[in-house]
Amino acid sequence: MTPEHSTSLATTEDDALLHPIPNPGIEHHAERYTDVDAKAADRAYKQVVGIFGLVPLLAIAFVVIYFAVPRHATANLLGVNWHVHTTLLGLTGGLAVLLIGVGAIHWSRQLMNDTEIAEDRHAAASTDEERAGFVDVVNQGIRDAGVSRRKMIVASLGGALGIVAVPAIVTLADIGPYPTAANRRETIEKTVWADGVRVVNDANRLPLKASDIEIGQLVNAEPENLWDLHGKDYMNMKSKTPLVVVRMDPNTIKIPESRKDWHVGGILAYSKICTHVGCPISLWEQQTHHLLCPCHQSTFDLGNSGVVVFGPAARALPQLPLKVDAEGYLVAQSDFTVPVGPSYFERDSRNDYKDGDE
Amino acid sequence: MRLGSSRRRHRAARPLSLVLALFLMGALYAALSPATQVAADTGMSAQVAEGKALFQVTCSSCHGLNGEGTTQGPSLVGVGAAAVEFQMATNRMPMAKPGAQAPRKVVQYTAEEINNIARYVHTLGPGPDIPNSSAYDYSALTDEDIAKGGELFRTNCSACHQAAANGGALPNGKYAPALHGVEPLHIYEAMRTGPQQMPVFSAGAIPDEDVAAIIGYLKGIEEQPSSGFSLGGLGPVTEGFAGWVIGIGGLCLIATWIASTGARAK
Repeated sequence: MTPEHSTSLATTEDDALLHPIPNPGIEHHAERYTDVDAKAADRAYKQVVGIFGLVPLLAIAFVVIYFAVPRHATANLLGVNWHVHTTLLGLTGGLAVLLIGVGAIHWSRQLMNDTEIAEDRHAAASTDEERAGFVDVVNQGIRDAGVSRRKMIVASLGGALGIVAVPAIVTLADIGPYPTAANRRETIEKTVWADGVRVVNDANRLPLKASDIEIGQLVNAEPENLWDLHGKDYMNMKSKTPLVVVRMDPNTIKIPESRKDWHVGGILAYSKICTHVGCPISLWEQQTHHLLCPCHQSTFDLGNSGVVVFGPAARALPQLPLKVDAEGYLVAQSDFTVPVGPSYFERDSRNDYKDGDE
Repeated sequence: MRLGSSRRRHRAARPLSLVLALFLMGALYAALSPATQVAADTGMSAQVAEGKALFQVTCSSCHGLNGEGTTQGPSLVGVGAAAVEFQMATNRMPMAKPGAQAPRKVVQYTAEEINNIARYVHTLGPGPDIPNSSAYDYSALTDEDIAKGGELFRTNCSACHQAAANGGALPNGKYAPALHGVEPLHIYEAMRTGPQQMPVFSAGAIPDEDVAAIIGYLKGIEEQPSSGFSLGGLGPVTEGFAGWVIGIGGLCLIATWIASTGARAK
């Protein structure tokens, strides 16, 4: 294609609207050093062969290293510990593949013909005769099927196809329990925390004596009866029951009138599940009383009923009412008074604690 | 039985009997009261006295002449010897300058000086004492114990110190330090005393054998060789940064090289 041909495309009025800037055509071809200087071309040729020639050497080195270097050998270089085997395999194998690419590009840039050409696409549309023929075939088929005379056939076929979707949709009911209010109360809005359930340390399951907990202490706790559950039930419950139990000087924190008997001498228990999207949180600064969620930096003030002081969480952390049993161990007074964890569409958030509530 | 009855009416009888009674009381008290100090205690007292003298020079400008605390520093009543040993043996205290957090520095005090101050502060109020090394002995742990230590670490410590104990950031310039290479004694003391923003982890929830298991786990991951550049071991932030800048940046350079027009003869 010549440049003259390209510019002639933009002559009609439509083309002028579609292409307000005239098509500059193909760039003028300028010759490379390798096109005009045989020595330069020979140099480039040797470079490309040299690059490709390194690849077998690297491939052989890879195989030698694979067998020769001990698997667990380590070496210290640049103050960093390296696994010699995998590092050398990566270097030789990676470099071999890279050099194939580098050689190919160098070849095409320096030695292959670099004269640009433009090749016009053929028209996408079929010819008029072909289109008319297709319409004839379709109309003939409709006539032959008798659809226009026996209309019920099409209607009943449509109905038959439509009804097949119903069994498919009904099977979706297996996905889970129906999210009715009664179901929610028994599942996501309920935990095994209840009156008299002992608070035990997570991992070692030690029951917690109120007198052993010091000011500034944090305990990651679970209900003692959590381990009565097994399998799926255990995992479901464990995603709702975790607590952070902290002790603060009750004279330096805000305890609202409605929660004044929820703590034991400054020992307060909060849900460990962030109210934003449900990450477990126990990053607690004992001097500021702030609990930070590592996922999105929501920050809760445990010295003020768990209200949000920063971040995307919208609701205070649910607090668990605590008391001590006859032997002095921490136990729950009841389940959480509001559902724990992240929000969901049907959640009633009117009972959540808001900053300043009494 | 009448003997002396006439003398009792003597004018001097009353003051004399008073003097006699006082003398008897004094003699009885001197005979029955406990000895003032036992000789064995003097060594400890000297330690406390030396500690107090050093405390008043190095610590009192912030913590008050008697450790009662000032606006510059908290009260040390009841922090215990363990807290002093932790803060001074890692030279977090004395602080070089006020700031969000006292960083770990090269230790300037001898173990004896630190111990003297610790003994003095321990007399201010009851608090955790410097433990015996047997309390956190992790040499005889089984693999099972170390696995339990790992579970305890991930439950209680990893929220701040990060799963590989490389430390992490806290708000306003504060941070949880990396735990690699920290003395087992200092790990124990930090858990029991809760320095700076760290909560306390007392023996009531995490007994000594569990602390030893956590220390054993930490020493275990310290010995595991890392490979290549760990990029701080901080997870997606540094790794993503390196991936984008080096990986995608490199691809951009190669794409530019492929598409560019090379040198021309004229």
